Amino acid sequence: MDYTGEHLFPGLLGHFFVTLSLVASLVATFAYFKTVQSKTETNATTWKNLARGAFLTEVVSIFSIFGILFFIIYNHFFEYKYAWQHSSRTLEVKYLLSCFWEGQEGSFLLWSIWHCVLGTFLISRAKKWEAPVMTVVSFAQICLATMIAGIYFFNWRMGSNPFVLLRNEMDAPIFSQPNYLSLIKDGNDLNPLLQNYWMVIHPPVLFLGFASTIIPFAYAIAGLWTKNFGEWTKPALPWALFSAAVLGTGVMMGGAWAYESLSFGGYWAWDPVENASMVPWLVLVAGIHTLLIYKHTGHSLRATHFLLITAFCLVLYSTYLTRSGDLQDTSVHAFTGEGIAVIHLRALFFVFTVPAFAFYAIRYKQIPHIAKEEQTSSREFWMFIGSLIFFLAALFIIVATSLPVINKIFGTNFTMGEDVAFAYNRVIIFVAIIIGILTAVTQYLKYKETESKFFGRKIIWPTIASLAISSLVVGFGNINYQQHGAGFLGAIWLALVCSVYAVVANTAYIWLGMKGKLKLSGGSIAHVGFGLMLVGILISSSKKEVLSWNTSGIFVPLGESSKERPGENLTLVKGVPTTMGDYNVTYVSDSMNPKKPLWYYKLHFRNKKSSEQFTLTPNAFVNYKGNQGLMANPDARHYWDHDIFTYITSLPDPEKNKDTSSFKPERLKKGDTAFYSNGFYVLEDLITKDNIPTGGLAPSDKVYMATIKVYSKNKTSYISKPFLIDKTGNLFPVQDTVPSENLIFQLNKVDGNNADFGVKESNSVLQYLTLKAYKFPFINLLWVGVAIMVTGIIISIVRRVQLNKSSRQLENLTL
Amino acid sequence: MKKIHIVLLVLIAATIAVLISFMKATSTYETIAGAKRKPGKTVSLIAKLDKSALVEYDAKNNPNLLKFTAVDSLGQSVPVIYHNHKPENLEHSERLVLKGKMNDDHFECTEILMKCPSKYKDDMNQAKKNLEATKQRDQ
Repeated sequence: MDYTGEHLFPGLLGHFFVTLSLVASLVATFAYFKTVQSKTETNATTWKNLARGAFLTEVVSIFSIFGILFFIIYNHFFEYKYAWQHSSRTLEVKYLLSCFWEGQEGSFLLWSIWHCVLGTFLISRAKKWEAPVMTVVSFAQICLATMIAGIYFFNWRMGSNPFVLLRNEMDAPIFSQPNYLSLIKDGNDLNPLLQNYWMVIHPPVLFLGFASTIIPFAYAIAGLWTKNFGEWTKPALPWALFSAAVLGTGVMMGGAWAYESLSFGGYWAWDPVENASMVPWLVLVAGIHTLLIYKHTGHSLRATHFLLITAFCLVLYSTYLTRSGDLQDTSVHAFTGEGIAVIHLRALFFVFTVPAFAFYAIRYKQIPHIAKEEQTSSREFWMFIGSLIFFLAALFIIVATSLPVINKIFGTNFTMGEDVAFAYNRVIIFVAIIIGILTAVTQYLKYKETESKFFGRKIIWPTIASLAISSLVVGFGNINYQQHGAGFLGAIWLALVCSVYAVVANTAYIWLGMKGKLKLSGGSIAHVGFGLMLVGILISSSKKEVLSWNTSGIFVPLGESSKERPGENLTLVKGVPTTMGDYNVTYVSDSMNPKKPLWYYKLHFRNKKSSEQFTLTPNAFVNYKGNQGLMANPDARHYWDHDIFTYITSLPDPEKNKDTSSFKPERLKKGDTAFYSNGFYVLEDLITKDNIPTGGLAPSDKVYMATIKVYSKNKTSYISKPFLIDKTGNLFPVQDTVPSENLIFQLNKVDGNNADFGVKESNSVLQYLTLKAYKFPFINLLWVGVAIMVTGIIISIVRRVQLNKSSRQLENLTL
Repeated sequence: MKKIHIVLLVLIAATIAVLISFMKATSTYETIAGAKRKPGKTVSLIAKLDKSALVEYDAKNNPNLLKFTAVDSLGQSVPVIYHNHKPENLEHSERLVLKGKMNDDHFECTEILMKCPSKYKDDMNQAKKNLEATKQRDQ
């Protein structure tokens, strides 16, 4: 059949580049492999040139695929499934890029793009390490290319191609018509949760973090392969630091997205997707520390290999966890296994993990190590302990996150207990305590051996200062987290003391140890940031307060256990100020986005103590695409020391709210009183106006306006002003409502001092919403901490790159 | 034995202890019959919303009380009480994972995880239905 209106050329071109990228990466891998194995220099050069050509072809292909896919999405070519499934005509241009990371194909493509960028950089910089390192990177490119290949092997389709046509993918009668495309008016749209600015920047950063972990991994493998043990650590260190900085930023940007646009009430929920991205970071940071130990003392090279290999394998494991759908029952945002087979994702994990660890095991004995053991007064000893703790913490988190996988393998049916967050927190709090102390103290130790006098003299003042500061915080900070008993509260206090210690001691070290040279103190600055993060996390989570305790509703306790769940949701009736914590909150108005079913709710806050006023506008997608329901985006008011954070949890169901009551006639004279079910009202005034200068009204037209004062039983009164337009004999009444009293007034007729009213009492008048509100104290410490940590790491990268450069120059001179 | 080995042993022992205590704190997935056999123990029920029964929620009077009936694949049913706001697309969920415990005759739920046809993931069936609806409207 000939279909009309299709644009098939971009798809054909796309298919071509997909195939080309697969072939090019195969050639690049093989050629780089031969380069390493070549016996003679000329042979190696020939292979290397071929490999470079192949990799650059790969780069061109991947960028072309990206460009073509963007072209298809941008032009709304809905004959392509990817464009139809992930975008729509109403989608703002700034979110078009987000379509890439909503689907499996797009996110693997993004990963591949970052490998291309990093690979190109390596080709120009890595010198003699280029061939072995790029063999690994190119091999990863083969694996990623299979993910978007969509090639059939017998009956199994390998990967999911982004250029498949909708009509080939879906079996629907609509496709029997040649003009089916003209019937598809719009695409399926982007998930509204992703229509957020954080979602434009968070995935690229996170994926750059994921992608970059391959480079320290590749260097470690290259070291094993070429038997240049240890030498690889020099160029690998800046890369590992880069990876840690980017991955850390990406993970915390995810936290910021969760905080600002998801309604699970915080930045971290120990959700499997979050855990899976944090665990590789922990292991990578442990690897960086053992690498530093090796550089300075020659110890821990074996551990460095192990940690850097593991970090990358954990990235692959996370990919499997979050994309295979095996976590479905435990995560709100685990992806489904749609498109790419679970077995394919498992294969991706094993194809790297098994050979890498086998290789490590084979070469283990040959990796140099120092038999003499470290002094307990040495810096390296405690750095190693810290790395070990980071690794064990990572192990604990990943095992706990993998419960569904464990169930699958062993046929068990375990799941997280009642309080998921506490199951993690009660372990991680001790990790924080130990890491806090180690971070504070270890810099004051010297490599190899430290004199106790020297150490004591240097550490004494920071210790005293931090004890003073932290006792102020604990003493007056009113940190009183009772939910899990005194033991846990004690642990929080202790962790707080330790993390304050980490901040103070490292800040002091910049001057005591580094004489204030900031360029050299990247490590200390990163540690200060890390300590601040810990302080921010501890205070904001242990002092997080619910503001929206239910005070307006009638709370009926049901059984004993209802005490455990006091009402955290508060209902606000439009126009009625309601007490919430220190605030009087009023639901003022709502408005709708002109293009989407996105509603904005204006909430006016007034502080009862300081009479400070502000407005928050949480929004929500209501009945999006015919799916009844609500997707809420929170809004927050930021102060330097806390945030007021609120989001909508429930809205009235329009179906149940249909108006069935009718107007009751009432004839009133000025000053008359009448009753309604909840009180009475008085007609206070009745005026007539003509010569109204508003458009559409002739000079002879009149407007009558009534002023009615409503006295409700609960001793509040309201003014209502219905009016009636008399346009040369044609009457147009304009109703007025008193929302909180469910009253509607309509002025029907006026003669002299008498007026005919219609009065209606209707439930549908009552507009209300239910919300949840929190106060997060000191959340800014967390964000500032992240920023400082990343800055510190970047300073270290710059310094390490410079050091490597000068040491290379030195080598050249001596040659 | 080296110091580092001792430290390693201690840490590994600690890790094992943590993992064991963690496994003890985990609960299990249950059917309704299974949950009824273990009153007072926190479990995760895998069930569906009984659409023939009444869903009670009145945000005006109490935004923190939701009552509904859950049925599982074996046909058992149980009344559920949830002291929180009603998840907006409860009626449209395909499957519910309810965390909580049996309390006398009802299931006291502390957390509801919903599996919806179209909220967090793209469901091609739903999308197809939308597409068909477009077509019918145009004809």
